[in-house]
Amino acid sequence: MAEPRKSGEAVDATPNVTEVDVVDAGSESASVAAIEAPVERGEPILQVRNLVKHFPLTQGILFKRQVGAVKAVDGISFDLYQGETLGIVGESGCGKSTVAKLLMMLETATAGEVFFKGQDITKLSGRALKAVRRNIQMVFQDPYTSLNPRMTVGDIIGETFDIHPDSAPKGERRRKVQELLDVVGLNPEYINRYPHQFSGGQRQRIGIARGLALNPEIIICDEPVSALDVSVQAQVINLMEKLQDEFNLSYIFIAHDLSIVRHISDRVGVMYLGKMAEIGTDTQIYDHPTHPYTQALLSAVPVPDPDAREGRERIILSGDVPSPANPPSGCRFRTRCWKAQDRCATDVPLLAIPERFKGSDSQAAHESACHFAEEKDVVHAA
Amino acid sequence: MPEPQGARPGGDHEAIASTGAGGAMDLATSEGITLEQGPEGPGGGGPAGRPRSLWSDAWRDLRRNPVFLVSGLIIVFLVIISIWPSLIASGNPLSCDLAKAQEGSRPGHPFGFNGQGCDVYTRTVYGARTSVVVGVLASLGVAVVGSVLGGLAGFFGGFWDAILSRLTDIFFGIPVVLGGLVLLSVVTSATVWPVIGFMVLLGWPQISRIARGSVITIKQNDFVQAARALGASNPRMMLRHVLPNAIAPVIVVATIALGTFIALEATLSYLGVGLKPPTVSWGIDISDASPYIRNAPHMLLWPAGALAVTVLAFIMLGDAVRDALDPKLR
Repeated sequence: MAEPRKSGEAVDATPNVTEVDVVDAGSESASVAAIEAPVERGEPILQVRNLVKHFPLTQGILFKRQVGAVKAVDGISFDLYQGETLGIVGESGCGKSTVAKLLMMLETATAGEVFFKGQDITKLSGRALKAVRRNIQMVFQDPYTSLNPRMTVGDIIGETFDIHPDSAPKGERRRKVQELLDVVGLNPEYINRYPHQFSGGQRQRIGIARGLALNPEIIICDEPVSALDVSVQAQVINLMEKLQDEFNLSYIFIAHDLSIVRHISDRVGVMYLGKMAEIGTDTQIYDHPTHPYTQALLSAVPVPDPDAREGRERIILSGDVPSPANPPSGCRFRTRCWKAQDRCATDVPLLAIPERFKGSDSQAAHESACHFAEEKDVVHAA
Repeated sequence: MPEPQGARPGGDHEAIASTGAGGAMDLATSEGITLEQGPEGPGGGGPAGRPRSLWSDAWRDLRRNPVFLVSGLIIVFLVIISIWPSLIASGNPLSCDLAKAQEGSRPGHPFGFNGQGCDVYTRTVYGARTSVVVGVLASLGVAVVGSVLGGLAGFFGGFWDAILSRLTDIFFGIPVVLGGLVLLSVVTSATVWPVIGFMVLLGWPQISRIARGSVITIKQNDFVQAARALGASNPRMMLRHVLPNAIAPVIVVATIALGTFIALEATLSYLGVGLKPPTVSWGIDISDASPYIRNAPHMLLWPAGALAVTVLAFIMLGDAVRDALDPKLR
C-alpha cells in the first residue's frame, strides 16, 4: 500500500496540466507506447480534469429537443497515484457511478479530460483505446448482473483473452483462467460452472478475476461489496488488498460505506451532487474534515462504543438532495448547510486548500470546496 | 498471475517487471504446484457435477409437462403427415367423383365426400401440409425480420430506433383481415408465398417490439457493460451477450403466433383471398363446405376440427415453452 501523501500544492478547480507530458495525440502508435510505458510508484497515473457529464433531458417522439440536462458530474478533478487506493464516497445519486463509467469510457464525457499516463483517453479510439481498456478495468457493484448467465466461468474470464488475443496464446488460455480462479480464492475446477451455481461472494470473486485477467494497472471498483453480506464483504476487501500488493494495482474505490472506504483507502474524495466537496488523505478527511457535508456524513457513522455515542454531536441535515437537473446556484450544498450565507448563493467555492489553513502544518490543510471551511472532529467528539 | 505481461509486444517487459510486485512470481510457482496436485483438474465439470444452462433446465421442465407432451405429440404427428401424407391416406385429394357429392361416411371413406365428390379424409390429411408450411415459414420469417430489426433498434437506439418504433405503430394500425383483403385480392399467384409474405409484413412489428424491449433490458445489465469495458466489439456484444439472453421471449411469441398464422391462413382462404384451388387447404375446404352446413355438416366439421386441434397444439406448445423459459416460475 502506498504511503499516504499530503497534496502539497493547491490544485484549484481549474488546474493546468503542465506536469503531464502530453504526447502528440496524432500518432496512434505513440499513444499506445505511452500507455504501455511504466509509471513509478507514487507518480500520478490517472489525472482527471474538470470532468463533466450532462445527460440531456429530451422531449418529443421523433424529433427530440433538449429541454434540460441532468448534471450528473459537473466538473470534478482529482489525481490517482500509482499503487494507491482513492476512495470516493457520497450519497446515492451524487454521480459516483457516473464517474466510474466515464473513467471506463462507458459513457462519453460532455467536457473535460482524463489523462492516463499523459494521454487524454476521452479522445482516443481504435487501437489506443483498446490498449487503455487493457490497463483500466472495473469490478461491478452487483455480482448477480455482472456475469453473463449463459456463459460458464471459463468463458466469462476467458473472453478477455479472445478480445485481446495477444495477451495469451490459445493453448495457454484455459490454464490462465484456472490460475486466475486460484488467485481469487476459487477452486480452479469450477471453470465449467455457470454463475448461478455460485454465491454472491464467489460471483464477486469471479468478477475480480475477470478484471485481473489482462493484468491492468488501475481497477475501478464501483461499490464492489455493497451487495454482499457483511462477513463476505470483509473477505472480498481483504482479497482486494492482497491483490493490490501482489500486482501493484491502483484502485479507485467507490462506495457509500464510510468505514470500508477508510479501511481500504489511502486518500478519500467526498462527492456531493456532481462535485467534489473535499479530498485528502484518510486521516485528513476522517479526523480533520473541514467541509460541512463531510462533517455531516461522518456524524452519521455508527459508533460501536455506547458511551462515546451518548455525547457525540449528530449533525442532521434538513431537506433532500436537490435535483441534479436543477442544482442550486453557487455552492451545491448551501440549501442544506447550517453555515450558508449570501456569498454561498453567488460564488462557487473552489476545491482548494482553504485560505485560513494555507501554509499550516495542520491536517486540516487539504482541499475543501467551502467558503467557510473549518475543522471539526465529529468522529471523536465527546 | 505468472508473467501476464510476457505476451505483450515490445520491450516493456523489464520495465513492468521492475514495477510489478515480486510476489507475483512467488505466487506463480505456488500455483504451479497446486495445479500439478490436481491432475484431473482441467476438463470436465469436476466434482461440481454436470453444468446446467437455462436451456437444459427448460428442457428438463418441458419433458415433465403433460401440456408439452400432448401438444408435442400432435405437432410431431402433423409434421409427419405433412411430409408423407400417403402414409395414412392412400387416395388422391384431387380425384373427385361428382356422383358421390355430399355423401356421408362409408367404408374406405370414413369422413365422407365433399361438394365436389372428393374424399374429405384424404383432403383433410393433405391439407395439413399447407397449414404447417404456412405457419412455420410465416413464424420463421416474422421471427427473423422482427428480431433483427427490433434487436438492432434496441441495441443502438437513437434516430433509427425512433423511426422503427413509429413504423411499428403504423403497422399495428392496419386491421389484419382488411389488409389481407386489400393486398391479397390483387395477387394472382396460386402458391403459398403471397400469403406467407403478407403474414410476415403484418406480423413483424409484434416480434420487433418484443425483441427491442428484451434487448434494451439485457443491454443495461452489467455483464454487457463489462464486455464493453474489456473492449468487446459491437457484434461480439450482440451475438455473445445480448442475443442468447434476449431471444427467449421471441421464441415464445413466435411459437404462439405460429398457431394464429395457421388460423389466419384459413381465414384468408375462407374469404377467398388466401390460397386458391387446386392447393389443398383446410381454409378452402371450410369455405366450400359452409353453405351446406345444415344438410352435410361432416364436410365442414372435419377440416374445421383439424384446424382447431392444430392451432390449439401450437398455442399450448408456446405456453409450455414460455413457462419453461421463465425462471421466475421455477
